[in-house]
Amino acid sequence: MSLHKEPHPDLPPPMTSVGVIGWLRKNLFSSAPNTVLTLIVAYLIYISAVPLVQWALIDADWVGDSRDACTGGGACWVFVSVRFDQFMYGFYPESEYWRVNLAFGLLVALMVPLFLERFQRKGWLSAFILFIYPFIAYTLFYGGSLGLKEVETSLWGGLMLTLVLSGVGIVASLPIGIVLALGRRSSMPIVKAASVVFIEFWRGVPLITVLFMASVMLPLFLPEGTHFDKLLRAMIGIVLFQSAYMAEVVRGGLQAIPKGQYEAANALGLSYWKTMGLIILPQALKLVIPGIVNTFIALFKDTTLVLIIGLFDLLAMIQTAFTDPKWLGFSIEGYVFAALVFWVFCFGMSRYSQSLERKLHTGHAR
Amino acid sequence: MSEPDTSKPVMPTSDQPMIQIEGMHKWYGEFHVLKEINLTVSKGERIVVCGPSGSGKSTMIRCINRLEEHQRGKIIVEGTELTDDIKHIDQIRREVGMVFQHFNLFPHLTVLENCCLALIWVRKMPRREAEEIGMKYLERVKIPEQARKYPGQLSGGQQQRVAIARSLCMNPSIMLFDEPTSALDPEMIKEVLDTMIELAESGMTMICVTHEMGFAKTVANRVIFMDGGEIIEENDPEEFFSNPQHDRTKLFLSQIM
Ligand SMILES: Nc1ncnc2c1ncn2[C@@H]1O[C@H](COP(=O)(O)OP(=O)(O)O)[C@@H](O)[C@H]1O
Ligand SMILES: [Mg+2]
Repeated sequence: MSLHKEPHPDLPPPMTSVGVIGWLRKNLFSSAPNTVLTLIVAYLIYISAVPLVQWALIDADWVGDSRDACTGGGACWVFVSVRFDQFMYGFYPESEYWRVNLAFGLLVALMVPLFLERFQRKGWLSAFILFIYPFIAYTLFYGGSLGLKEVETSLWGGLMLTLVLSGVGIVASLPIGIVLALGRRSSMPIVKAASVVFIEFWRGVPLITVLFMASVMLPLFLPEGTHFDKLLRAMIGIVLFQSAYMAEVVRGGLQAIPKGQYEAANALGLSYWKTMGLIILPQALKLVIPGIVNTFIALFKDTTLVLIIGLFDLLAMIQTAFTDPKWLGFSIEGYVFAALVFWVFCFGMSRYSQSLERKLHTGHAR
Repeated sequence: MSEPDTSKPVMPTSDQPMIQIEGMHKWYGEFHVLKEINLTVSKGERIVVCGPSGSGKSTMIRCINRLEEHQRGKIIVEGTELTDDIKHIDQIRREVGMVFQHFNLFPHLTVLENCCLALIWVRKMPRREAEEIGMKYLERVKIPEQARKYPGQLSGGQQQRVAIARSLCMNPSIMLFDEPTSALDPEMIKEVLDTMIELAESGMTMICVTHEMGFAKTVANRVIFMDGGEIIEENDPEEFFSNPQHDRTKLFLSQIM
């Protein structure tokens, strides 16, 4: 007998622990109560999903140009397709739709390289999107120069308005929130107090109130005859409101960074702003990606509240369509469509945040 | 003008001590943590600081590069007195490198980026040049092959060696070590101590808070024993270990040996 034993070969795992059967066994039928729960849930899914599919897909009507086309007894998607342009563009003049399409198409085209692993100039491209693109988009949307017809913001509406409001809100609330969070942790008492007051004020009032104040009360304080665009006022209200939330999310991340990181940066001679920008914020923001995206998603959905001050976002356009005498009684289709559009965007943001978290994960957690 | 320009640090002269601490006191609120500290360190000296936990060792060395502020007395590093003046603080931090118990590497940056960061952003060095220097010091601590990894992927001993390389990149004339091996698994202590011994042999001025008595015996010129915020005893290593003067020193040595 030799002392040097042959190494034991790697064996495949037993059949019952891998593959479809293994998975089912482990996750759905591991015990009697588990099996009962699985069966109950399967039954519930069955009794709710089948009628839904029947209504939304099988019995639904898709083509036509009036309610007479809806004969199947299921959903009448004709309502949505007839009204589709208004849901997307609001009262924007039909002849100018191309400007909106061009602006959003350009944005998508600019953002694609950001998702490509091999693209090197991500920093420059992001800077372009953040600082130059807004002017391009504004010029296209509003017009009034370069031979483009002027389109007042009161005509903007539908999904376009929803995206404009939430895009501006997202892009502006993060940096303002970061500054506020740093301010709240500052050792300078005045900066700290100002940040605390700002954050607590905006967190303490409901967004509806903010929007009302922006649209009704603000003009009372402005000199007679000054024109201050309603959309712009709503935007400022949303940005200030959401940046207060963002500040608290970011502060949570800042608090999680160990003191040793500041000390190491100081010992190397890095200044306050370099320490924050190069060491602390990159780590803090990475930690709170879920919270940041959560705030973005809330902001995106909260833009629907602008309908109470007379701006017609996607939801408001859909609700307006319900009152068309020719299309009375199709509110379910309208709401389902609105829900679907909002869900697609929010789910997209959520998935992106997860992939970002995975990408930024460096080594083991400490 | 006859008034001296106080904002400009005085140039060090050759016979001047590297670090001079005179009558330094520090309080945390009401708590008197450092009492009448006097310490002079000359160029090339290797000083080991030991003492029971909570005796103020970390606080003392952290005062030298202003991670903590002292309230009374003087600290002069290479002719520059440590005051509130940010220029003086920057000047001193330029000369003083520090290695921490828990490494404090930047986890979101690669090993090489950890080393280059301050060269690029504090010394304003072009990236290419900074990376060359970074690699040079990673080779010196014998882990150039880990340059592209993240700190979280390295062992504790490797991380501490990266932290040493990161400090050395800034070309300091004094290195402070705060219990650099206390957070390490036993089998990794030697690799870090070897790096430190090599550094000592190259003539670096060092202050090490450590309980590695073997290291103190072979490397130190002087051993300082602290207790209750005071320097109780100061001697060359042979005398210190074979013939401790103070009762508290004897008690401490009997506990750790
Ligand atoms: N930030 C602080 N605030 C208040 N007390 C502190 C602080 N840091 C350290 N101390 C106290 O100061 C004393 C000395 O601490 P320290 O210098 O870390 O000791 P050592 O490094 O010798 O173990 C300890 O009693 C500790 O509790
Ligand atoms: Mg300590």
